[in-house]
Formats: sequence, C-alpha cells, structure tokens
Amino acid sequence: MIRVKNLKKSFGDVEVLKDINVQIKTKEVMVVIGPSGSGKSTFLRCLNRLEETTSGTIHIEDIDISDKKVNINSVRADIGMIFQHFNLFPHKTVLENIILAPMKVRKKSREEAEKIAYDLLRKLGLVEKAKVYPDSLSGGQKQRIAIARALAMEPKIMLFDEPTSALDPEMVGEVLAVMKGLAQDGMTMVVVTHEMGFAREVGDRVVFMDEGYIVEEACPLTLFSAPKHERTKAFLSKVL
Amino acid sequence: MDFRFDIIIEYAPFLLKGLLYTIGLSVGGIVLGTVLGFFIALGKMSKFKLVRIPFIWYINFFRGTPLLVQLFLVHFGLMPLLMSPTNTVISALVALSLNSAAYVAEIFRAGIQSIDKGQDEAARSLGMGSRLTMGHIIFPQAFRRMIPPLGNEFITLLKDSSLAAIIATPELMYWGRAASGQYFRVWEPYLAVAFTYLLLTLSLTYLLNYVEKRLSNK
Ligand SMILES: Nc1ncnc2c1ncn2[C@@H]1O[C@H](COP(=O)(O)OP(=O)(O)OP(=O)(O)O)[C@@H](O)[C@H]1O
Ligand SMILES: [Mg+2]
Repeated sequence: MIRVKNLKKSFGDVEVLKDINVQIKTKEVMVVIGPSGSGKSTFLRCLNRLEETTSGTIHIEDIDISDKKVNINSVRADIGMIFQHFNLFPHKTVLENIILAPMKVRKKSREEAEKIAYDLLRKLGLVEKAKVYPDSLSGGQKQRIAIARALAMEPKIMLFDEPTSALDPEMVGEVLAVMKGLAQDGMTMVVVTHEMGFAREVGDRVVFMDEGYIVEEACPLTLFSAPKHERTKAFLSKVL
Repeated sequence: MDFRFDIIIEYAPFLLKGLLYTIGLSVGGIVLGTVLGFFIALGKMSKFKLVRIPFIWYINFFRGTPLLVQLFLVHFGLMPLLMSPTNTVISALVALSLNSAAYVAEIFRAGIQSIDKGQDEAARSLGMGSRLTMGHIIFPQAFRRMIPPLGNEFITLLKDSSLAAIIATPELMYWGRAASGQYFRVWEPYLAVAFTYLLLTLSLTYLLNYVEKRLSNK
C-alpha cells in the first residue's frame, strides 16, 4: 500500500530524515515510536506531502506522490490525517466540519454527505453534538470528531500524529478505543504515539525512529521484550 | 464675538450635499479598496518572489507617501491619460481606493497569517486545494479578526477624504472652504464641518463596537 524508498528530508541545512525505507501493507497498523525530535511527525507528514521530500520516493499504491506532476489533492483525499491538536474548523459546526470535504472535494450532495456524517456520529455516540461548535466539546470529543471528519472522506489510509498527546488522561481511552475499532475494521494505519499499551495491543509492527533513521522495526512483542539495538533499549527503558 | 448661524443655515443644503459625497467617497473607497486590497494581499503572499515584489512596492508606495501627493498624481497625472475631461469626484474616488487598498492589503495579510497553520493543514489533508481552503477555512476566520482594523481604516478614510477639497471635489470640506471664502469667516463654516465629521466618526465607532461585541459573543 505504501512504499517509502530512500526518503530524505532537510529543513535548510538540517537533515531531519536520513534515508527512510519502509513498506506498509494494506490493513496493517504500523506504530512509530521514538524520542522527541527524531523525525516522526516529519516522516508522517511526508506521506501525504504536507512536507515536500528532499529526495527519495513514496509510492501510495502505484502513485509516486513525490512526483510534482501528481494531483496531490486527490491523493490526500484518500489519506486521512489526525493531528495532536485536532484542528477542527472552529467557525463551522460539527456536522459542517464533517460534510465540507465530502461535498467540495468528493462532490457528494448535501444529503449523501449528511447521511455519511450521521452514520459516523451514531457509531461514535456523538449524534447530539452535530449542531454544536467545536469550542463546546471536550478534547476527547474533538479528537473523535476529527476522526469522523477524516473517515467521511472514506480514506484508504489513516495517519495519526500523537492523537492523544493533547488530551487529559481520562479522555485518552475513548480516542484509543475508536482507533482500535478502526484497526479491527481493516483500516491501514500509521500511528505516531507514546501510548505503548496501544502499540502493543493494536500494532502489527512497531518502528523505532531516532535521529532521522529507522533504527529498528519488529512486531510489538519482539520489539518490546527483546529490542536489539542499544538506542531502542535506552528509549524503552525510559518510557515503559 | 458674534457667531453667525445664518451662514451655516444658508450653506446647509450645500453642506448636506457635500456630506453625501463624503459618505459616497468613503464607502466607495473602502469597498473598492477592500476588493483591490484582497488581491494585493494574495499577491504579496505569493510563493514566487518575482510576483511578490510589485505588490510589496505598491504597498510601500501608497503607505509611504502622503495621500495629498497621491491625489495630485491621480488627478493631474493619471486621470487625464484615461479620460477627458477629468472629473474631480472620480479622481478622488480612484486615489482614495488605491490608497486604502494598500492599508487593507496589510490588514488582510495580518488577518490571514494570524490563522493557526493547523487549519490550513487540516483542510489540505482532506484534499482541499488552495482555493477551497482559502475560501471556506482561512478567509472566513480571518475576516472576523479583520473587522476592527477594517473599521478603523474606514474611519481614517472618511477623514482623509476631506483632502479631496483641494482638487475641488464637492465634498463636505469643499463647501466649508466655499462658505469661508465667501464671508471671510473661519469659525462658523469649519466648526460646522468639523462637527459633521465628528458625528460620522463617532457613530461609526459606536457601530463598530457593537459589531465587535456581537462577534465576540458568538
Ligand atoms: N518546519 C520546520 N522547519 C525547521 N525545522 C523543523 C521543522 N519541522 C520540524 N523541524 C525539526 O525537525 C526535527 C524533527 O521534528 P519532528 O517534528 O519530525 O520530530 P518528532 O519526532 O515528531 O518529535 P515530537 O515527538 O517532539 O513530536 C526537529 O529537530 C525539529 O526541530
Ligand atoms: Mg511530532
């Protein structure tokens, strides 16, 4: 589904990603962990070209998205992205947040878009919030609405950049539960997170990044119980 | 000191007509200036340096030179190239619009750049192109923040439109000068003019505060 080859990314003279090679299969949940500043967010943002890559290729299915000629909007329409700070549109109601892109990008009618939106809201138990503005929601509700907004585009891939890091501890669970449900429904996911419990339980594969490299990747059981590299061990000993 | 109300009363119909021109010029100036200013702001925020440069210099020029000089350049320089005979009302409107466009452009730019980058990223990650993102996400949010500075610019423009009296545009100040010239009096005509401006600017300020309050309550 996603093939990343020799990906490099620099900001000015600073090389943040230094040769990333990784493949993500359909329906796979890949969890990315690593210390702050290791390039996790940058890597994720390269996958839908929110950051332009410096060199290397990223294939999503058969499209090389680093190719300038690619219609990046139609690529992004198929890739949902969830941010640490939700980034809901504050001047639009929850419903409007969800139906905007399906109507404007997918050219769905308002009825179709609203039907999709209400189906999602019902699943998430947030139907009664359809007509309110994001300001009045709790952090956990905001993030679940952000997920609904992304899902309304019927994406093939979902990217999560520390989706629970900005939440109060008591709200982390409700968001992780939604993500777990998505994984069980067969969504292809790349998740940057510090939630090691989630990585272990839901991840098919865990990737440890440090200083712009993928240092180690393995299934969660192996990586957490028998890490090979010193840096992985050092990192895990701090977070586990 | 005697205060000759009769002069004001005699000139009342002219002052009133002048007032309508003053309102027309400032409303026209801010509307045209806003439309023009929007595109200048977009130009100044372009990714391409070569595109940005002319817009930057447009703003530099109109904010960095006196409006009176601009008024003369437009009325005696630019307009004769475009029409003959020239018309002082049109000249004043053009000069005021061009001038306010530069200020409005900066208001737009500041407003747009004040919106959190995450909003742009969220819209783009949903597959929305730059037009959709600007039109549905960035601009509507920025516009709310722009209302107070736009209101201030409108008030400034309203007062500055009095400069058009010098090229004989028949607005409020022009009729004040006419009355002053006819009777060799200073206080009556200019106080009458001053109070009319004050009435306009104070009511506008009041209206703006009201709008701001309404918006912040939402
Ligand atoms: N737009 C940018 N311009 C310049 N440098 C940047 C930019 N974005 C990120 N960086 C730098 O790139 C490096 C990697 O950042 P990145 O956000 O990818 O790290 P991260 O692994 O996501 O860290 P965190 O866990 O803190 O979110 C950091 O040193 C950061 O300062
Ligand atoms: Mg990050």
